[in-house]
Amino acid sequence: MCEDCGCGDPELVPIDVHEHILADNGARAAHLREHFVEAHVLAINLMGSPGAGKTAVLEQTAKAFAGKRRLGAVSGDLATDRDARRLEAAGITARAITTGSACHLDARMLHDALHHMTWRDFDTFFIENVGNLVCPAIYDLGQAANVVALSVTEGEDKPLKYPVMFRNADLVLLTKIDLLPHLDVDVAAIRDGLSRVMPDPRMIAVSGKTGQGIGEWLAWLESRRTP
Amino acid sequence: MHEYSIVASLVDRVQREVDTRPGAVVRKLHVRIGELAGVELELLRTAFVTFRERSVCDGAELEIESVPASWRCSRCDRVIEPGAVLRCPICGRAAKLATGDDIILERIEMEVRDV
Repeated sequence: MCEDCGCGDPELVPIDVHEHILADNGARAAHLREHFVEAHVLAINLMGSPGAGKTAVLEQTAKAFAGKRRLGAVSGDLATDRDARRLEAAGITARAITTGSACHLDARMLHDALHHMTWRDFDTFFIENVGNLVCPAIYDLGQAANVVALSVTEGEDKPLKYPVMFRNADLVLLTKIDLLPHLDVDVAAIRDGLSRVMPDPRMIAVSGKTGQGIGEWLAWLESRRTP
Repeated sequence: MHEYSIVASLVDRVQREVDTRPGAVVRKLHVRIGELAGVELELLRTAFVTFRERSVCDGAELEIESVPASWRCSRCDRVIEPGAVLRCPICGRAAKLATGDDIILERIEMEVRDV
């Protein structure tokens, strides 16, 4: 504004920043990723709607691994440690992250939780995110892969309605397929929806109740492991 | 409602710039948000209006540039139409997101006192 007379009028200046607004979370996530990779811990960010069957899939996973893998998990919920207790009962060393009102886990919450766990002892570490098909997708947690649990009861149009979540997914677990005989759901329509929001659509159909498809899921996990 | 946590990060970032310029008053923030960034623009505006009070952004304006999503073939760069299967109809490769996932603070406009 006034550059010459010394009157002290304010001057409007543009400051170029050009930075990701969540850059701090990104830096913390990079730090976590470095640790996971260096300790050979396969970290999986498991997301999905509330009630999609995330915990049930992990219970079946623990049963199927039958002690052959050292499994750890954190479980994010707005309140209670019920999921973490279910995972512990299934043989997964687990800790609850109670987020209060936050609709997602972020890298700081995960980092704080890991300080209370002997996480280097695990070879597979599941981050069971807060049940939500929107918010968790945009927070990097240092994971090796994003997995989205989508239950057959949620409807065929979920991939098209929540493209951000599915775009970031490396794998979709179609859960509760034991219910298919009772439902009017077209699995082909779900696959078609995924192919329009996921550049490399991969889906494994599983049942946390019968264990169907869990073998294929375990094989996928093993394929993600770095030697 | 992660828009509130995005605004909290935004205000923190602006605070860091103001800290290096004592007496500066923030007038306007320019942000760029992609269509597939998972950020609801109206919620972001509401969150900003709520959060800016008693912060370094008190009274500041938020200007949002919305960037549409666009997909291209990861090999031949051909444009994949929105809503189409995300695979190149010519070379069969998976598409990649070309634009639309930004959550970027571009610029801060502030008043600084001449000294």
